[in-house]
Amino acid sequence: MSQNMSVSIAGVTLKNPVMVASGTFGSGIEFSRFLDLSRLGAVVTKGVAITPWEGNATPRICETPSGMLNAIGLQNPGAETFIKRDLRFLEQFDTKVIVNVCGHSAEEYVDCVRRLADEKRADLLEINISCPNVREGGIAFGTDPKGVERITKEIRKAAVQPVIMKLSPNVTDITEIAAAAEAGGADALSMINTLTGMKIDVRRRTFALANRTGGLSGPAIHPVAVRMVWQCAQRVKIPIIGMGGIASAEDALEMLMAGASAVSVGTANFHDQTTVLQVIDGISAYLDENGIGDVRELIGCVR
Amino acid sequence: MAQIYRESALVLGRERLADGIFSLRLQTERIAAECAPGQFVSVYCADSSRLLPRPISVCEADPEKGILRLVFRVAGKGTKEFSGLEKGDKLTLTGPLGNGFPLEKLAGRKVLLAGGGIGIPPMLQLAKALSGGENQASELTAVAGFRDCLFLTEDFSPYCRVLIATEDGSAGTKGTVLDAMRENDSSPEVICACGPAPMLRALKQYAAEKGIECWLSLEEKMACGVGACLSCVCRSAEVDEHSRVKNKRVCTEGPVFAAEEVEL
Repeated sequence: MSQNMSVSIAGVTLKNPVMVASGTFGSGIEFSRFLDLSRLGAVVTKGVAITPWEGNATPRICETPSGMLNAIGLQNPGAETFIKRDLRFLEQFDTKVIVNVCGHSAEEYVDCVRRLADEKRADLLEINISCPNVREGGIAFGTDPKGVERITKEIRKAAVQPVIMKLSPNVTDITEIAAAAEAGGADALSMINTLTGMKIDVRRRTFALANRTGGLSGPAIHPVAVRMVWQCAQRVKIPIIGMGGIASAEDALEMLMAGASAVSVGTANFHDQTTVLQVIDGISAYLDENGIGDVRELIGCVR
Repeated sequence: MAQIYRESALVLGRERLADGIFSLRLQTERIAAECAPGQFVSVYCADSSRLLPRPISVCEADPEKGILRLVFRVAGKGTKEFSGLEKGDKLTLTGPLGNGFPLEKLAGRKVLLAGGGIGIPPMLQLAKALSGGENQASELTAVAGFRDCLFLTEDFSPYCRVLIATEDGSAGTKGTVLDAMRENDSSPEVICACGPAPMLRALKQYAAEKGIECWLSLEEKMACGVGACLSCVCRSAEVDEHSRVKNKRVCTEGPVFAAEEVEL
């Protein structure tokens, strides 16, 4: 039976609905040793700002049950190096590229988005207004509906590529934030970023992370992410890219059924570099086994 | 880019060397054959609720037989799982990872290998590489520092002179590896070291004062192990070419650095 795995996000067609989550995959340079990036729906690059950022002190990560905390602090080499090295590298692959953008201020986001305007290899932009580990590194903009609408408008005005706003789950009602991003002109939503957490090292009697708090990711947060995607899918009309603890095809299918048009595999890349391929193949097998010809039939099928 | 492999290795045997210190011998397809002294592997837990790989230095690699030896300390649930493996079990690895010690720069010189605690194992493969063949050192000494119980010291004896330091004075010099070096009038041209941060800091300072070349193998918490996630950075003296800031990835630019390259 013929099978369609392709989906569309803001007018950009992805060959399948599976991508990698920003920050877990670099720009794919290192992971390309283990898998063919052309098999992915999209590569979502690690957050880039207009200038290089040093990030936080170490330890930057620690493992938690079925998850991990990270407080990398958006270390990145800046837009110039990213464009010359990372985007050039990605030219050789037949996949879409979503560039994740971060900033300390509205001006920095806008500057970075403008710098990327002529870059043909950047198919979509994902705006990180939800990093929990950098003060004024996004979360300050991402937790207040009015702030979200305002910054989305400014970025939308400056951007050439479609704009995906990446939302924080560290809010009382994420549907308010999703609606605000939509009202500001967002073309799509990515959700969820990490949940703020803390681990204490009882042997050393201090914080496990130098940053004290970090963002929780991995299978531990998957049910939270599915719930939030489902809630927002009822509220907004723009497409949602669902992420949060996806480690298998079953996890990805849940997210699609909850209303996500595509999914990202993040922390699971650390356990097995080829997880994302297993998720793609697993979704395809599910379609076959259930006599479903088009993956889009699954999107939001659970209401 | 050098090749990195993900393999399911066969456990050939497990040995308890001291309290909480275990040795695993593993049959690999490619990793052991291409592993240089000072490189490491990412070791994955069978229980996927522990999702991050554990970076473990290579203690010995036999390229002909494809056998890899890992010696590690049980520090948590992951290493506890590895310590319970039996002959015939499988263990997933990614490697070889990182850059090892610069053998060609050590050849023909008076080299001192300093290991502290669980930093001792990677020095064994280095001792073997410098004890003969094209990279033979002109003089080779290993100094191993322990809290109390010794391990691996007999494995070093065929390859070099071995000095021992213990914190409690139960064997060798009472004190640190530096105390043992001073007591034995050690005067190397190059120091290669792996161990806890205070030891590396002291050796870096000692080497700088004496004008001795010094190479340090660092440790940091890792997630991807291959250079993508930027979890395991260390502070670098200069702006790094990859990161464009004063950070270097321990997993990729390291774990072995020239002492003056990094700030500890």
